[in-house]
This record gives sequence, C-alpha cells and structure tokens, in this order.
Amino acid sequence: MTISSSNRLSRRAALAGLTGVVGLAAFGGPALATTGAGARRLIDGAVRDINAVINSGKSEAAMIADFERIFARYADVPTVARSALGPPARSASRSDLNAFTEAFQGYMARKYGKRFREFIGGQVEVTGTRPVRSFVEVQSVVRLRGQSPIRVSFMVSDRSGSDRFFDIVIEGISLLQSERTEIGAMLDRRRGDIGALTTDLRRAG
Amino acid sequence: MTSSLRRAVRALSVAALLSAAACTVPDTPTDIFDPYEEQNRATHELNRAVDRAVVRPAAQVYGGVLPPFVRGLISNVADNIALTGDVVNDLLQGRGEDAGHNFFRFAVNSTLGVGGLFDPAGSSMGLERRETGFGETLFTWGVPEGAYYEIPLLGPSTEREAVGRVADFFTNAFSYALDGPSAIAAAGVGIVDELDTRYVLGDSIDSVLYDSADSYAQSRTLYLQNLRFRYSGGQIDEQASDIYDDLIFE
Repeated sequence: MTISSSNRLSRRAALAGLTGVVGLAAFGGPALATTGAGARRLIDGAVRDINAVINSGKSEAAMIADFERIFARYADVPTVARSALGPPARSASRSDLNAFTEAFQGYMARKYGKRFREFIGGQVEVTGTRPVRSFVEVQSVVRLRGQSPIRVSFMVSDRSGSDRFFDIVIEGISLLQSERTEIGAMLDRRRGDIGALTTDLRRAG
Repeated sequence: MTSSLRRAVRALSVAALLSAAACTVPDTPTDIFDPYEEQNRATHELNRAVDRAVVRPAAQVYGGVLPPFVRGLISNVADNIALTGDVVNDLLQGRGEDAGHNFFRFAVNSTLGVGGLFDPAGSSMGLERRETGFGETLFTWGVPEGAYYEIPLLGPSTEREAVGRVADFFTNAFSYALDGPSAIAAAGVGIVDELDTRYVLGDSIDSVLYDSADSYAQSRTLYLQNLRFRYSGGQIDEQASDIYDDLIFE
C-alpha cells in the first residue's frame, strides 16, 4: 500500500510539473487561479444561503430540497462525485457516470442536510483564506452554544470553469475523503456494479 | 491505588512505549497503516456490540434524565481533573505558554469555579481549555504514529496513542493524590462524562457506527484525519486535498 501510493505520488508530482510547463507555454504566464477574494465571496454566499434555509422553519423534506439546490449551485458536483467514486469512475460509461452524479447529489443533500439541524442557532464566521497549490482554502469558525469553536474549511477551485467548492473539512475531517471511503465500501458490496450503486444511492442518506 | 500496582503499570507503559518506538511505520504520514486490520475489525465488532447494548442506552438514560445544566457541571469537573495532566504534558512538550494557560484555567476554576463545577476561566477570562495528552507529547518527541489500533471498549487509536492513553491515566495528578473512594469518584466522573459525549454527539456517532457501509473503515479515516489535524496545529493535508490532478491524469 505504501509503495504503490508513493509511486502514484511521484507520478502525480511529475505530471503536475509537466502541466505547469504546458500551462506556461500556452498562456505565456502563470495559469489563472482562484483568488482569495473570489473564493471568499463564494463561501459567503453559500453560508448566507445555508443560514437562510436553517432558519426558514420549513419541513425537513423542503429543507433538504433547498440544500440540494445550494450544493448544485456552489459545489463542483461532477468532480466531487467522480472523486468519491474513485478509480472506477475512469472506466465508467458517460451515462453511468451522469446517473451516478445525479444520485450522489441527492444523497449528499439528504445525508448532510439532516445534520445541518445541529447548527441551528450557531454562527459561521469566515476567518481567512489561504492559497494551497492550485486552489484556495477558505477558513471559518462555527460557534455553537456551549461547545468549543469548530474549525471548518471550504476548498475552492475554479478548475471547473467557475469558482466552486469541492470539499468541506471539519476539524481536519474531509467530507470528500469520508465519502470516498463510504462510496468505495458501497461499491465493493455491490461487486463494483455502478448501476446497482446508483440505484441504492437514490434511497440512501 | 497501591504503589506496587502503580509501579507495575508504569513499567508496562514504558515497555509499551519502547515497543511503539520500535514499530515499523510508513514514510508517508497521510497513508492508513493498518497491519492488524483483521484483529482490529474483530475488536470493532465487539465495540459496536458493547455500544449498542450498553453505552448507547446508558447515554440515552443519562442525557434523558439529567438536565443540560447538571450534565454541564459534571463535564466541567471532568475537564478540570484532566487539566492537571494537560499542564504536565504541556511542560513535557516544552510549551510553556500552554502550560501557563492551562494552569491558570485550573487555578481559577478550582477556586472561583467551586472545585471545577463552573467554568469562569473559559466563559469570562478567555482561558478556554487547550487539550493535550501524552500521545501528543510522544508526537512532539518524534515518536511515529505506529499502526492503527482499535482498543477494546475505548475505540479508535494508534500504537502511539494507545501508549499515550495508558500514560495519561497516570500522569493525571489526581490518581496519585487521591486514594480509595476519591480516586474512584474521580474516575467515575470521567466515565460519566464519556456518556455525556456519547449523548451529545449521538446522531453523528450513530451515523458512523450504524449507517455506514463499512463502519470500521469510516471510523478509521475519521479518527486518523482528526488526529493528524490536531497535532499539526490545524494544518489541512494538502496532498489529500487536491483532487483535480488525480481526476485528469489517473
């Protein structure tokens, strides 16, 4: 495991270096990247919309539908879905991948939409931004009554064509990493059948 | 506790420390190193069964019977007891500022806070708890994380953290200063406070333990990511975070 992943790492590093060179040649300057201000604007917007839903007093089902719209608007859903699926995404057909992505979007909204109730009465404060490689980390602190502040980071990139977040990291725990583990285990149970996984994902979460 | 028992446990923790220092570890700290996976998975099933049969129902009774205010008092006492160990570890780590911070928190809450029942240090003096432990001390001394290790009844850990937990139990000044009923009471407060955590985080823990496709793998990744984040001073793992390169080239 260690050996294979360190191989992967060096291959990735080499390829990343190569893209840098190609990028320079093509644009005659450093490739455009997400700016701290742009990333922060995106997350301010997402936080504002999420707060509005939490405090709307709507039914859970209505709130989850709202969360799905927010997720689709602010996150790079196709990339998050591909990454959660992992290596099998490469060999999947386009239609399988699209169906999976759609099911995944609903699953994420249900699974995490339910959890947002725990944030009622809480405050989210964006505290800063930090450029990381090709993306920007927007750092925030969530304060809930009677609990220590929780550090939450949003990872924002414009590689999809516009600023979108592709991961939320809560006290070091990446939702993307967690979903890779979860989706990977679900796929194993279905012997790698992406169609069966998609069908079950429509009900899960 | 008798002094001979104390000596035995200290000897045991030293032996465990040496074996943890000698254990093989991967070079890249972002990987999951789990050579005991089979045994760990068996322990995980045991822990899940114990949670389902004992801990979860007990936590629901505890949380359902006692009002939040009372549970808060008990949590404050447990936190105050653990502070002495935090101060010792801050010093062992050479973090004088943290040691002073936690020491003043302990002094204020033990006096103005009526023996630790209240938290005036945190609520009005900006002296919130800075939690640490012997596991973090070992980390600052350069002891590698070691293999992932799920401890019976206690849950996710690593070889280094397991040694840390044993040591924490004894670094805790109260376990030296108190004897007989008081020591048992101090330990009891700690256990009861664990029930509070299980109650407060009920939905989150249930979702990991009972709704995941693979609750073992899920607990393992959550635990390791959070552990590494805390010890790195809040640094995000950048390698793991950049997903676009992977998608394009793999």
